[in-house]
Amino acid sequence: MKFGVVTFPGSNCDVDALHAVTDQLGQTAVSLWHRDRDLQGCDVLILPGGFSYGDALRAGAIARFSPIMQEVKAHAERGAPVIGICNGFQILCESHLLPGALMRNAGLKFICDWVYLKVEGPAPLYLSGYHTGQVLRIPIAHGEGRFVADDAVLDGLEHSGQVVFRYCDEEGNVSDDANPNGAARGIAGITNAAGNVLGMMPHPERAVESLLGSTDGLALFESLLARVGA
Amino acid sequence: MSTTPSVVHARPGDPVITPALVAEHGITPFEYEKLLGLLGREPTFTELGIVSALWSEHCSYKHSRPVLKTLPTQAPYVLQGPGENAGVISVGDGWAVAFKIESHNHPSAVEPYQGAATGVGGILRDVFTMGARPIAMLNSLRFGSLDTPRVRWLMSGVVKGIGDYGNCIGVPTVGGDVMFDPAYEGNPLVNAMCVGLMREDELITAKAEGIGNPILAVGARTGRDGIHGASFASEDLSEENEAKRPRVQVGDPFTEKLLLEASLELIRSGHIVAIQDMGAAGLTSSSAEMAERGDVGVVIDVTKVPVREEGMTPYEILLSESQERMLVVAKRGHEEEAKAILRKWDLQAEVIGEVIAEPVYRVVEGDRVVAEFPGSRLVTECPQYAPEARESDAIIALRSREPHAVVERAEEADTAWTLRQLLSSPTIANKRWIYRQYDSQVRTSTVVGPGAADAAVVRLRGTNKALALKTDCNSRYVYLDPRMGGRIAVAEAARNVACTGGRPMAITNCLNFGNPKKPEVFFQFREAVHGMGDACRALGTPVTGGNVSLYNENPQGAVFPTPTIGMVGLIDDIAHVTRSAFTTAGDSIVLLGENTDELGASEYLARVHGLTIGAVPVVDLDHEKRLVDALLAAIATGAVHSAHDLSEGGLAVALAECCMGDRDAMLGASVDVSTRTCSTRALLWGEAQGRVLVSTSRPEDVLGTVKAHGVTATVIGTVTADARLVITAGARILDTPLMPLANAYFDAIPALMQRAAMATA
Repeated sequence: MKFGVVTFPGSNCDVDALHAVTDQLGQTAVSLWHRDRDLQGCDVLILPGGFSYGDALRAGAIARFSPIMQEVKAHAERGAPVIGICNGFQILCESHLLPGALMRNAGLKFICDWVYLKVEGPAPLYLSGYHTGQVLRIPIAHGEGRFVADDAVLDGLEHSGQVVFRYCDEEGNVSDDANPNGAARGIAGITNAAGNVLGMMPHPERAVESLLGSTDGLALFESLLARVGA
Repeated sequence: MSTTPSVVHARPGDPVITPALVAEHGITPFEYEKLLGLLGREPTFTELGIVSALWSEHCSYKHSRPVLKTLPTQAPYVLQGPGENAGVISVGDGWAVAFKIESHNHPSAVEPYQGAATGVGGILRDVFTMGARPIAMLNSLRFGSLDTPRVRWLMSGVVKGIGDYGNCIGVPTVGGDVMFDPAYEGNPLVNAMCVGLMREDELITAKAEGIGNPILAVGARTGRDGIHGASFASEDLSEENEAKRPRVQVGDPFTEKLLLEASLELIRSGHIVAIQDMGAAGLTSSSAEMAERGDVGVVIDVTKVPVREEGMTPYEILLSESQERMLVVAKRGHEEEAKAILRKWDLQAEVIGEVIAEPVYRVVEGDRVVAEFPGSRLVTECPQYAPEARESDAIIALRSREPHAVVERAEEADTAWTLRQLLSSPTIANKRWIYRQYDSQVRTSTVVGPGAADAAVVRLRGTNKALALKTDCNSRYVYLDPRMGGRIAVAEAARNVACTGGRPMAITNCLNFGNPKKPEVFFQFREAVHGMGDACRALGTPVTGGNVSLYNENPQGAVFPTPTIGMVGLIDDIAHVTRSAFTTAGDSIVLLGENTDELGASEYLARVHGLTIGAVPVVDLDHEKRLVDALLAAIATGAVHSAHDLSEGGLAVALAECCMGDRDAMLGASVDVSTRTCSTRALLWGEAQGRVLVSTSRPEDVLGTVKAHGVTATVIGTVTADARLVITAGARILDTPLMPLANAYFDAIPALMQRAAMATA
């Protein structure tokens, strides 16, 4: 399977995503430049973390107008997998490929820390390697990660199984105390209605090696491989 | 080559040179005489500005250079020593590490957010202009007491500034050190260290070469911000400094990220010969230093420099410290290729000058010469001073006081109370409130991030090696005894690095002192540097560069003398990475080194009694070297489960820290350190040097290995499954559950900062 990792000028987790899918999963991956329009035949696209265009206006607000994003949208509309991590999630929301928005953390501070996530879904494309209710340990690193949407949208997301991860404690309890950024209903990651576009604030690409503290992110990529074919 | 000086005229509208104007530029009458001799005429206003910047303490090291020259700088693996943007060492397999630490104290004192942010930006540029990709940042911070709202405001701003800049550019902030003392009340210290990685053959220097090669200004446009920042950093802080806030630059990490990527691509492309950050004193300093290193002349045309504002004078363009700008010497005929790379990253580049054979530093404004200095004498003939040095009688008196004579407070009958006092001292307490605001993991190579070990550990991807990184300086020691304190700063950094399994390789230093014209301050500076030199020689860790920050004074006095050490160690095998917390109940606890009766200069005296007195603990540098070797040998056997250096707060604090690695899964400890030769207080809280706590399931192996290196090692107790800490010290027993200790240790800084939030709400 061929992965494409988009590099905006301010992306800074692009190299980490490339390493995760090549070194840990043994897949082919290429870097896709934000000004290009050629997806180079990639099966899966990753919008990585970072600060796409500086993000002084609003995280991801300018990235949606970039040439590569027009191709990313077409790819998503074809039903092919698109993963937005952190800033990538923000860009997917700004591009209306996912509902809702990411606002400044409730505590107003940037947070880099390990958090626990409860697996929901079903979202088989990304979660088949996990079981529902499984608790994952995966890092976050963001200043604008508070997911918000109006109640109707949140209800819809929940009813259609589009909520894939919620912040929880070590035992899997979802609570305000376990919610690092004040996200609505503790939501850490969602998919679109079709289930092929995934956005999440936590960094699965940082949780693929025991040397670095966790391998809980691996199964997300492995689920994709199993569904899409290696 | 002989040369005929150009005719240099004052520009219309420039102020007339008067003694008052000269003084305002921080140039002494003696230095002005020297300048007249150099030029053979009166300087223009533009020239006066240039000299003011280049001869400022910040750029010229005019008070510090002779002392700095005594530091050891050589080792077979040193690829680049002091004098460049950053030092570089080889770490084997063709890989090299560039690293440097730098201060941004003065700007942070008046505008903490931008001051700290631009400090991070500056040190990043110093590293990537060597051709290295930045892979880790550390910072060493000093603040006054968190009890005052202003200090809380300063710390909030500094931490946010460091975080926002580093987080955006995508370089992990992996460690550092923070200390609080009223000595830093009006004058916080913000020292940032950057570490970069490159192939050895990618090393590039900032040396202008090749007659006819074009000089390019790259990056952000030049504005009126930060004019005279270098001179500002070279004077004492005062109330008036609030008015100097405009001298603080504004940072843009996004542009920096573009500059970083573009610079590395430019360096690898082979189209350029040299590259340098336009840092302190901006275009003036970068161009003059590049010319001096290359022993060539340069001509700069200020009308070609891209500017942000209309009507900027040559004086302003030359002295602006607008951020995120670089000076590049391209190969002649390769300008377009270089510009194409920069355009890819949306960066502007303009040819603003040329390397010339004529040995002059010349600035033109179109056809008019506005400044010209002969050869590189502007840099090389900077005045140097050997100020008077004399130890302060007041400090001698403080050092002479007997710490054992200090009467215990009534509460100290409960040793657990004292331990909680120490654990909640912000200098010792957990720093998560700070480091949680830093992305410590981006680049996915952080094996040990902040708080988990005595030093940070960053793997070298593609190899089986890792770097151990640490900043350190107990400035209370340096204040009471600068020679000993300077030695300890290096020795403790080395111990920390060794505790993680790293062999200490080299250091960079950031020397934060007061006004060198005061004999008491210059004494501290000279002795501390000599102490560092002693330790660097003994431990085999050369100094590859650094930064001097003087005039850290305000009307209340000077800061504690703070020679911050930034140490780089090499872990040969990633399997040897060792953390500080106990891992397994039932393990033996082994003390390497010996307890002594020393209690002077301790955090205990400062925190519990408000005293900075007594003799500084004696550091035996030969012992420290043996200790490092013994520890590394023991770790290499695989028998060491954890290793933690004893420092502020002594044995009791170190044991408590080892128990509290994971607040949700704490392990207890029970030890007996009874001896007739030491007082209880010294045993529990004394800061005797050369000690490390190790936990192991194979104590005989550890004892054997350590003793073979000539280091004392004693099994003092056991790691326990119950959450209690029990220390038997002669007649006195400290026996406490861990929970109250953890509350003191983990909640101290958040609780203080919460007060800040409420105060400003």
